[in-house]
Parts: sequence; C-alpha cells; structure tokens
Amino acid sequence: MKIELLWWEGCPSHPEALEELERILEEEGARADVELVEIETDEQARAERFAGSPTLRIDGEDPLPAGEGEPYSLTCRIYRLRDGRVSATPDPDDLREAVRRAL
Amino acid sequence: MTLAIGDTAPSHELPDTDGRRHSLHEDGATTVVVFTCNHCPYALAWHERLADVAGDYDVRFLHVNPNDAERYPGDSYEAMQKRVAEERWTVPYLRDEDQEAARAFGAKTTPDVFVLDGEGRLRYRGAPDADHRDPSQRAAWLREALDALGAGEDIARPETEPVGCSVKWK
Repeated sequence: MKIELLWWEGCPSHPEALEELERILEEEGARADVELVEIETDEQARAERFAGSPTLRIDGEDPLPAGEGEPYSLTCRIYRLRDGRVSATPDPDDLREAVRRAL
Repeated sequence: MTLAIGDTAPSHELPDTDGRRHSLHEDGATTVVVFTCNHCPYALAWHERLADVAGDYDVRFLHVNPNDAERYPGDSYEAMQKRVAEERWTVPYLRDEDQEAARAFGAKTTPDVFVLDGEGRLRYRGAPDADHRDPSQRAAWLREALDALGAGEDIARPETEPVGCSVKWK
C-alpha cells in the first residue's frame, strides 16, 4: 500500500494526522510506505487536487473525498468527526476504515 | 509587531456585518478580541466554546476576520454577513479589510485570542484551551484568564501558543 500525506505549512494539523495514521497502520498490521508531500503553491494545489492540509491518498485515491465545490487551494482542510463536530484531522475511525479497505 | 503582555492595544475601529463600527478596546471594559475566520477547522471547532464564554461573562466580545478575501472568498465581508445571519451570532463579527488590526496585534492564527483589561492592556493571549477537538475543555484557558481578571488577581497562564490556520495575509 502506498500512502501519500499532502500537507501545507500554513496548517499545523499534519503531524497529528501522521501520528494517527501511523498508529492505525501499526494496529492493523498494515505495511505501507508513507510519503509526505509538501504543497507550496496554489498552482500545485490545483494540480494535485489538494482540498486542504492534510489530504491523504491511499494508492492514489483520496479515501475521504472533499465535498463537491471545495476549492483546491492552500488551506486547512475541514473534516467532520462521526459525531458531526468539525476537526482539522480525519476521524480516526474513518481513517481505520480507509486503511482496511486498502488492505 | 506583536503585542506583549502588559502592552496597550491599538484602538482600531472596525465595521461589523451590519456596518456598525466597534473600537477594539473601550475604557473601563474588559474586551476579548478573537481573530478568526469562516474557513478554518480550528476556528470552527472552537467557535461554540467561545460563544459560550461570551454568554457566560459580562465582557465585550469581538470576533475579527482579517483574512485576504481575494484568495479566500469564503472570508469575504458578504460571506461573513451570511454566516452571522444563518448562525444567529450574538457577538459582533468585524472585518479587518486592510489587516492593520491583525498586524498591530500580531495575530498569527485563526483563532488567536487576546484579552484586554479596562485600560486596554493585553492580559491574555493565545489559544482558547488545549485541544480544538475536545469540547469538554470549554475554552478553559480563556475562562481562567477572565476569572482572574474579574477577581483582580494575576493571571496564572497569561500566554499560550495560539493554534490554528495561519492568518491569510495579502
């Protein structure tokens, strides 16, 4: 499994997302190469379909697609936890499901 | 420039979403100034907790959006007006179009919380609490600061690291 974590320096959430991802990979016994990809310009954001930091891609696909109409730009990504609260990082259970789907 | 604890804050006047102008500090009144915005998950996650603080304390409470609306249209004045109407805000939401207030305060993130005493001096600056994902924190650091200020005591934790999305400078 190849995982890319796309991040932007204007948003402080990617270390927390990476930590949760690595914890879940370990708990699931999943072998994965995690590559950190820094997004630095709006042009790069559009080219990479970057809906905000952090954005994950597992085997080339965003497992938690952003809502329609979300602009691709240098911004922090808005996630919804399963109880509806706003978060700067994905719900760990959503992340775990995404990893399991890719196993 | 960044305000340090004890510094007197600049007295900018900014328009709210109804066009009324508000001074960022007022003699004799404790004022909480929160630099915030519409599109940041940290600002959104902390918003309800801050609204609760505004309701629980007899202080002036001002939200200020300084973000560049050209690159981030979700933070335009019109988008601010729409949000205030839809969410029935009870505190003024001010537009810092030229970003001078944010620069003068040294705001770094959304949110970034500043508490001014009745003389306009900075008494607390930083995050509302320790974790944007944990509502049980109830903006505890801000509450501690307001409690101490109200009791005429020193604020035990006058400064914390603001956490959130970077201010979107022009």
